[in-house]
Amino acid sequence: MRGLSAFWVDFFEKFGIMFIGLAAFAAVVGLILFLADRAPKKGRDFLQLAAFVGPALVLLAIGLVYPAIRTTTLAFFSRQTANGSDFVAFDNFVWMFTQPDILITLGNTLIWVALVPTLSTIFGLAYAVFIDKSKGEKLLKSLVFMPMAISFVGAGIIWRFMYEYREVGFSEQIGLLNQVLVWLGQSPQQFLVNSPFNTFFLIVVMVWIQTGFAMVLLSAAIKGVPVEIIEASRLDGANAWQQFWNVTVPGIRGTLVVVVTTISIATLKVFDIVRAMTGGNFDTSVIANEMYTQAFNRGETGYGSALAVVLFLMVMPIVIYNVRVMRKQKEIR
Amino acid sequence: MSTDAATAAENALDAPLGQKHEAATREPQKMRKVKQTLTSPWATFAAILIATLWTIPTFGLLVSSIRTPTEIRSNGWWNIFVSPSFTLQNYIDVLTVQGTSSANLGSYFVNSLVIAIPAALFPIILATMAAYAFAWIKFRGSGALFVLIFALQIVPLQMALIPLLQIFSEILGISGTFPAVWIAHTIFGLPLCIFLLHNFISEIPGEVIEAARVDGANHTQIFFRIVIPLSLPALASIGIFQFLWVWNDLLVALVFSGGTADVAPLTQRLAELVGNFGRNTERLPAAAFISLIVPLIVFFSLQRYFVRGLLAGSTKG
Repeated sequence: MRGLSAFWVDFFEKFGIMFIGLAAFAAVVGLILFLADRAPKKGRDFLQLAAFVGPALVLLAIGLVYPAIRTTTLAFFSRQTANGSDFVAFDNFVWMFTQPDILITLGNTLIWVALVPTLSTIFGLAYAVFIDKSKGEKLLKSLVFMPMAISFVGAGIIWRFMYEYREVGFSEQIGLLNQVLVWLGQSPQQFLVNSPFNTFFLIVVMVWIQTGFAMVLLSAAIKGVPVEIIEASRLDGANAWQQFWNVTVPGIRGTLVVVVTTISIATLKVFDIVRAMTGGNFDTSVIANEMYTQAFNRGETGYGSALAVVLFLMVMPIVIYNVRVMRKQKEIR
Repeated sequence: MSTDAATAAENALDAPLGQKHEAATREPQKMRKVKQTLTSPWATFAAILIATLWTIPTFGLLVSSIRTPTEIRSNGWWNIFVSPSFTLQNYIDVLTVQGTSSANLGSYFVNSLVIAIPAALFPIILATMAAYAFAWIKFRGSGALFVLIFALQIVPLQMALIPLLQIFSEILGISGTFPAVWIAHTIFGLPLCIFLLHNFISEIPGEVIEAARVDGANHTQIFFRIVIPLSLPALASIGIFQFLWVWNDLLVALVFSGGTADVAPLTQRLAELVGNFGRNTERLPAAAFISLIVPLIVFFSLQRYFVRGLLAGSTKG
């Protein structure tokens, strides 16, 4: 009973903070817009403009533009101590490409970005084709799309239980996958510990999440392929596979590119899954996780910044390509 | 007039990703014919197989969460079909029992709400204002500035974390408080929100805005009387996306919340609990479901807005 009342004290205190925060925000924005409304004739245009774009621009300049520049600079300096830090030129990058641990991290990131988009797109496309115009399409879509709604940490816990390992003879298996192995007469595996395959078992989690995303986009694209063309190819004697390969796939090429690039971007930045499932141990770390470990657990701001810069350089070309394809698609429509 | 404009603009919001079902408008007879040729029993079988495989992991966790702690530890969740059992004790334990070694999720749940509500509202409001200015106020350099903001989406969160934390802790002294997390999420959400809302607000018919101007309305009045009411569907989609993004986020929370029960959200506590899997085995299923319940409710009740917002915002982070 006592625990409960402590909970309510805590509850009202925090919601109090929230309402003060919301009220303060509303007051500031309201005041800015009110002043813009009542601005003197002289310079009114500029004041009104400043009122509308100013807040966003200031926040972006302080919180994104300046930090991005600063991180790039920090990547060329040693770790920050009380005595400041030294300019080390490319030492942080040399460290990255000579440390065996970090090389594994970089390699893992490449494995992730090669496998996750490919597998998610294949599963998503196959599923979208299978359920197209079938009975209960909506429900079948919901089931596979659902993992998109939940957090990566939640997904990590769900799969920790799937992979859980118990020593033989010590107790029954509580993880479904190991139980299946036992049923098949095999010995159970420590899926998340045994390198290098543990990385693949982490990748399964990301594929599980991203397949739903691929499926929803591709399903919409498939419905956009004109029925007349499919009909014509059928009259020409094309079988289901030929129809799919020669009519459907060319018809959805743009969407396929968007799906693959979008999932690639998400995969390069993956952090939570690795953090929650292995913490980056057992040779499973990826760049985003290593960046956090170096910068915030070990205080190695130089190494952390250098890793962030590498991540930026890997993501940038894909984002640019992704945006260009998306815009082209929009023009066609 | 205004509802027409809203529908048109809403369609425009859907267009870039094409998730509207265009097939619905076609002749039903042709549809039926094609349908027969495309559905085969094998395809249906494969679809059901995939759907089952995709659902089992979540279903298993849900089943685990209603078994007794001893059962969770001693055998797998599928045994519930042999020896049925049901208890809500795990949920009560992780939510209400307080103390340093308990899960204490009640507090963290409150934190998640207190973080996510303002962190969804702030960027949406600021972005709507900026998007209106970029779409309907003519000024020099507006195009270049907009492209710059758009380009900021390229910058991964990781690039901003270290310097922003230094600003929060050394200059503002707010590191580890709710405002720090709100401001961080607001900043990271802005580029995408501005971009998406600009797409939407620029589709509002020029005559509507022009008519208001002729009647003597200034920007503030146009903003409140025309732009906001017409943008409500877009604001809902993007707001839901931003809310869930914040709710599900771990990285920003780890860096800016300080990691205690005073501020840190559910995801942060879950990551801690799963880090000591052996000790927390019986708590984790219920704990995970408490964090999943909000996204799942949103997902099943607001699916249309949810899917649209999620697809539009999929490159964020």
